[in-house]
Amino acid sequence: MIFRIFEKEELKKLFEVFVAHNRVVGAVEAGRDRDDQPVYAFSDVSDYNEIKLDYSITKLPAKRFFLPFKEELATFRIENDNWTKDISYNIDRPLILFGLHPCDINALNKLDKVLLHSVYPMPYYAAKRKNMFIVGMNCVPQPSCFCRSMGTDTALHGFDMFITDLGGRYFVEILTNTAFNFLRHIRTMEPMEEDHILYMKVVEKRKKEFTAQVDTTDLTKILDMEFQSDVWKYWGDRCLACGTCASVCPTCYCYGVEETVDINLKGAKKTKILHSCNLIDFAEVAGGHNFRPERHSRLKYRYYHKHRGFVEAFEESLCVGCGRCGESCLAGITVPEVIESIRADGKE
Amino acid sequence: MDEREPGARTYLGVPLYRPKVAFFEFTSCEGCQLQVLNKEDTLLDFLSLVEVVNFREAMTEQSDDYEIAFVEGSITRDDDVKRLKKIRKNAKVLVALGSCACFGGVNQLKNRFKDLNFVKTEVYGRHPIDSGPVRTLEEIVKVDLKIYGCPVKKEEVEKIVLHIAIGKSIVFPKYPVCMECKRNENICLFELGEPCLGPVTRAGCDSWCPDNRAGCWGCRGPADDPNLDQMKKIMLEKGFSEETLLDRLECFGGFSSLMKKGNVNEKDL
Repeated sequence: MIFRIFEKEELKKLFEVFVAHNRVVGAVEAGRDRDDQPVYAFSDVSDYNEIKLDYSITKLPAKRFFLPFKEELATFRIENDNWTKDISYNIDRPLILFGLHPCDINALNKLDKVLLHSVYPMPYYAAKRKNMFIVGMNCVPQPSCFCRSMGTDTALHGFDMFITDLGGRYFVEILTNTAFNFLRHIRTMEPMEEDHILYMKVVEKRKKEFTAQVDTTDLTKILDMEFQSDVWKYWGDRCLACGTCASVCPTCYCYGVEETVDINLKGAKKTKILHSCNLIDFAEVAGGHNFRPERHSRLKYRYYHKHRGFVEAFEESLCVGCGRCGESCLAGITVPEVIESIRADGKE
Repeated sequence: MDEREPGARTYLGVPLYRPKVAFFEFTSCEGCQLQVLNKEDTLLDFLSLVEVVNFREAMTEQSDDYEIAFVEGSITRDDDVKRLKKIRKNAKVLVALGSCACFGGVNQLKNRFKDLNFVKTEVYGRHPIDSGPVRTLEEIVKVDLKIYGCPVKKEEVEKIVLHIAIGKSIVFPKYPVCMECKRNENICLFELGEPCLGPVTRAGCDSWCPDNRAGCWGCRGPADDPNLDQMKKIMLEKGFSEETLLDRLECFGGFSSLMKKGNVNEKDL
């Protein structure tokens, strides 16, 4: 791995290099909540000063830039009795994600396993993913973050360069030659022994700041054993079945496809819309039968996909522990609490 | 399908069914009909899909020869009942257009007063007025299709009419507004300190109000299997009173059937 170190003011210059020829997305302040705390969101940025490098966590993940909530898969032109189909992967230039935290980088790595490296890759995702440049950045752990329990508090791959704030200067890991070439535009230095020591101190300090945790030991088995547990009903009674958890999840990728005809009958569209397994019609099939009519069974299967099914398939959980679902859930359903309650029920 | 017009429009080689439609209104603001007329860039395309034979807000001509009746408004008078029954008899398909027709709408708030005469005197003074308790269309006649909303969303009406014309099934979302609200990347209204019925209200409006930073009032009625108990807990937890919740749940009448049925006890709420 190649390491470099650079002065803080150089980052702005690097941003200028990025933004000159690319679409850049970073965390910005989208508003203030009732307690006057900033609410962050990923957004297109052209001005370096708009970017909040010290953002805590965004409400929504960066998902919409590679898995949009709504995406046109195909458009059709209808002329007389004939039609022609047009397909666009909906990307016109490379995208730079500036300042992605480790959880969100790991989320992309997990999505890659399903949408990029599977038997049937999704071209709409692949086109965007292949034209993506990621600048990772270390975060300050929030009270709701349990990424350390999920092994996603650091990112080992899936980014081009990763920046850690050493106080006065930035320490950067370089994973791709694109990143290396970008960095030639600014002044960087070879890190010295003392920089390495400082880096390790920063990492050590961050490690201690994590408070939330989940015990995932043998979780796949425990979930199987507790499949009939009444604890699921407790959470189902609270669940609003509103789909917010899936919408704010950086790894939820389930979707539905809607076909619509233009009102002038000259065109039609096939649109992919991200769905949620907590919604009442998720498991409804033709003829009206619903395989999961109860809230608790839908909630349970969401946990099963994240913490059991995906683990069986890919040897890792589909949850990155970002804590967004719990933070956004109006009913206050959090992953650590649900898993803890299932685990506790098994002990009784 | 359409034998009235030889050489009529086709879609992918299949002749289009161009139904004769009529629009009617009862107790309402007629805003839903206005919605239908008000998106001018698609109005001509919309009108070419149907043959409008009755539309007081848009044309002078009138006819009783129609297949689909779009009926806006709630029923408050005896002559309303007669007129609605006649419309039902004439129409093959009767569509309740908007929340007044579906649930009674804002009008049904007066049903909540024990003494209707008090309401009448408050509003009309001593002027004699024939206005009884508010009823939904369904309380009088069979309703084939309901289009929710106060007002209805033009795009949704267009889609329904289009689907009738090309023979595609009509599907409404069963899930709540939150899903659309998140999709539209709004900051949760509760986070901004506003109450919102988004978590229990049927989607399909594309989170119209929350997009404009106004909390949902439930005009489209409940989503399928809404969690009203939890909704109440959330409202109280976020510092809003039961009255605030009741005000919203009762406003358009969509939730009243749930309360009456005892799924949620009105007193509990």
